[in-house]
Amino acid sequence: MTNLLEVKGLHKNFGALKVTQDVHLALAPGARHALIGPNGAGKTTLINLIAGALKPDYGSIFLDTRDVTGMSEAGRVKSGMARTFQINQLFRKLTTLENVALSVSERLGRNHVFWRHAWRNSDVLEEAMALLKRLGLESDALTVIEELPYGRQRLVEIAITLGLSPNVLLLDEPAAGVPSSESPVILDAVDALGDDIAVLIIEHDMDVVFRFAKRISVLVGGAVLAEGVPDEIAANEQVRAVYLGEDADA
Amino acid sequence: MANRASPGDPVVFLRDRTRWQWPEALPWILAVAIFFLQPITLNLGVQILITIIFALSLDLILGYGGVVTLGHAAYFGTGAYATGMLSAHLGWNEPISGLLAGASAAGIVGFVTGWVLLRYHGLALLMLTLALGIMMSEFANVTEAWTGGFDGLSGISIDPIFGIFENDLWRRNYYWYSLIVLFLVFLACRRIVHSAFGRSLVGIRENTQRMRAIGSPVHLRLVTIYTISAFMAGTAGALYAQVNAYVTLDVLSFARSGTVLIVLVLGGTGRLYGAFIGAFLYILIEDELAKEYPAYWELGLGFILVLAALFFRTGILGALESATGLFRRRAP
Amino acid sequence: MPGFVTAAVSIFFDGLAYAMLLFVISVGLSVTMGLMGFVNLAHGAFAMAGGYVTVAAMNMLGVPFIPALVLAFVIVAIISIPLERLLYAPLYKAGELDQVLMSIGIIFMAIAGVTLIFGPNPPAIVLPDFLKGQVDLGFKTFPTYRFFMIIVGIVMVVVLWLGFERTIIGAKIRAAVDNRQMAQAVGIDVDKLFILTFAMGSGLAAIGGGLAIDIVGISPTFAFNYLVLFLIVVSVGGLGSLRGAFLAAIVLGVIDTAGKYIWPEGGAFFIYVVTVAVLLVRPNGFFGKGETE
Repeated sequence: MTNLLEVKGLHKNFGALKVTQDVHLALAPGARHALIGPNGAGKTTLINLIAGALKPDYGSIFLDTRDVTGMSEAGRVKSGMARTFQINQLFRKLTTLENVALSVSERLGRNHVFWRHAWRNSDVLEEAMALLKRLGLESDALTVIEELPYGRQRLVEIAITLGLSPNVLLLDEPAAGVPSSESPVILDAVDALGDDIAVLIIEHDMDVVFRFAKRISVLVGGAVLAEGVPDEIAANEQVRAVYLGEDADA
Repeated sequence: MANRASPGDPVVFLRDRTRWQWPEALPWILAVAIFFLQPITLNLGVQILITIIFALSLDLILGYGGVVTLGHAAYFGTGAYATGMLSAHLGWNEPISGLLAGASAAGIVGFVTGWVLLRYHGLALLMLTLALGIMMSEFANVTEAWTGGFDGLSGISIDPIFGIFENDLWRRNYYWYSLIVLFLVFLACRRIVHSAFGRSLVGIRENTQRMRAIGSPVHLRLVTIYTISAFMAGTAGALYAQVNAYVTLDVLSFARSGTVLIVLVLGGTGRLYGAFIGAFLYILIEDELAKEYPAYWELGLGFILVLAALFFRTGILGALESATGLFRRRAP
Repeated sequence: MPGFVTAAVSIFFDGLAYAMLLFVISVGLSVTMGLMGFVNLAHGAFAMAGGYVTVAAMNMLGVPFIPALVLAFVIVAIISIPLERLLYAPLYKAGELDQVLMSIGIIFMAIAGVTLIFGPNPPAIVLPDFLKGQVDLGFKTFPTYRFFMIIVGIVMVVVLWLGFERTIIGAKIRAAVDNRQMAQAVGIDVDKLFILTFAMGSGLAAIGGGLAIDIVGISPTFAFNYLVLFLIVVSVGGLGSLRGAFLAAIVLGVIDTAGKYIWPEGGAFFIYVVTVAVLLVRPNGFFGKGETE
């Protein structure tokens, strides 16, 4: 089976600081891969490198066997990759519906059309509404983002990303800052993703990680300390010492 | 708040937001009334109309795309000189094709410069627009053989529109001509900002990083709107050249870039109608004050700018809007 | 000595004198913009104010030239403090657009104020005898005043450089320009630092305005006429960089003088071409902070 996402020997330095060192990852369709590690381990940097927001110093990234290392962020999205942000990146003055419609419309190639009213794209709006329903956001469809509570905004963050129908999904702490009453909605939505989709998730909550992930990579100081199925990682002495011990509060 | 609405049919909600509403007829009624009642000279009216077109063009890139520029006169001036030179040197005197030629020249310059400029942002972009604008003005100065340089470009003689309506001294015909051009430009702007493309520009203004992450070709989008904006600025400039039958370096000056920015921001950005209110009030008050009491005009303008920057960042229209909700229909 | 060599030397000499003027006026802008990222188009208004204080002190009170320059420094520096607190400080976190508008507003008010008090025409002063006439350097004579300008400029550079590199306050300013958050985190009072640099920068601009009277002349519209030049010196040099501002002032001052000498009608074209070229290649200027990617 071919991998949907493959990362080979990725390196990135900020000056003298080595933030990513020789990282390898392979995600097949249906992969649920968690990336864990202490703060400052370089998890978000790795997501930024894979998504194309940063350029690696060495190494390559393949999407569905295609080398996308030199491709722009937008190009990778067109090739099926999508990411969420650790801190919400939303269109704060637009309604929830418009936020999601923007991404659906971008995927369907409508956003370059300047001679046709946006509201006439009823397929875009219907799809966006369906996504909002899936995440329980339909009652907030016409609310401006800056008036939504942070937890609800977090759901919009996911909805925008799902609007891109990705087959490789990069989730950067999707449930961070979400009240525990609402976090199941997010996790259910991610669980409901099809078997044809590969998911890479950064998460601090170990319950979530061990429930959700089929494989785990532990990142420490920018390098992969260990990789394996959850049981292997839980049993790994090094991981327990370096990571789980330190981060007992997580 | 007004923006929270019960979830009716979202399509109806979005459609209703883009529908024509009765207050939108006001500027046009006023424009027609000015023609018949002439509380101000039509010559001044034409100046106001041209300034509205110019400010509208700026609103597309500043109010919607979020690009701050100190060099927009470059495109106004390109349109003015192109139309002027076509007439003065080549005898191309037909007004409507001349107007389109001037606008197209500005659009081409806008495309080329925009392609380069819009790779930069922040202060570098601001300084580049400023330096590029002045470079164009100095360029027009040194290419004296074509542009007339410091003395200005004379010898422009525009034929009557459709062979009938000539540029009379009272600007009776050119007032209508300018008004119709403005109306067409406005229709185009209105359509653009309500389109999916226009919404994606607002997305870029609100959060460029997220737009990239949803796969939006940000640079291309900005270049597209920049080119359209330059085309419209060029339309205003071409109209200016035809009305005055004379073009000076002033059309490319930093002062003109600064003035249109002031006009738009005082009126209100990202609303289209801000350009109307800003241009109308600015030109009227300037006409009343600037010649007789220049120092007091500058003092007052300076004071208003400082106040606006500190307290009324949404301009006149923004202040009106939050006061009355007049221009934004609330959902039922 | 062949004619073209003496011509080149005198262009360079005049360009250098002009460059020093640009440097003295722009350096404060560079440091304040580097510190706060505030797009201040009104910096030239402080230079103009300094010019008019010099004129008033000399022509009305009979103060000699050099003390009048000192007076201009002190008065403008003091006036700038409440302006910074009332008008600039509220907009530090605002967008460029608000900063641009506010500072254009200040320029308009300054133009109006000066016109109402001093009238629209450029004022004149009588220079002291020791600055009049020519200095003979053997192969050619040079105007004494320009010679004086260059010396003032060099002295300023040295003093500022020592202040930047050898004093605690200088070190704090450099730290804050480099990374404001970090500086704040280690206990540097950036607000106070900024008031100080703003006042010093305005004062230096005021001296520049006084020096400008006999070189380029001042008038109520001085701030508008030279706005672009000061901004490009700052952005070509790189925000917050002393040596950047100095280098940019020399490059632009000499190129501008040479351009206008060689081609009087079109010479101004060159510095904008140079500016655009430099900014396209190095958007942060010669010595600006690089992109911290």
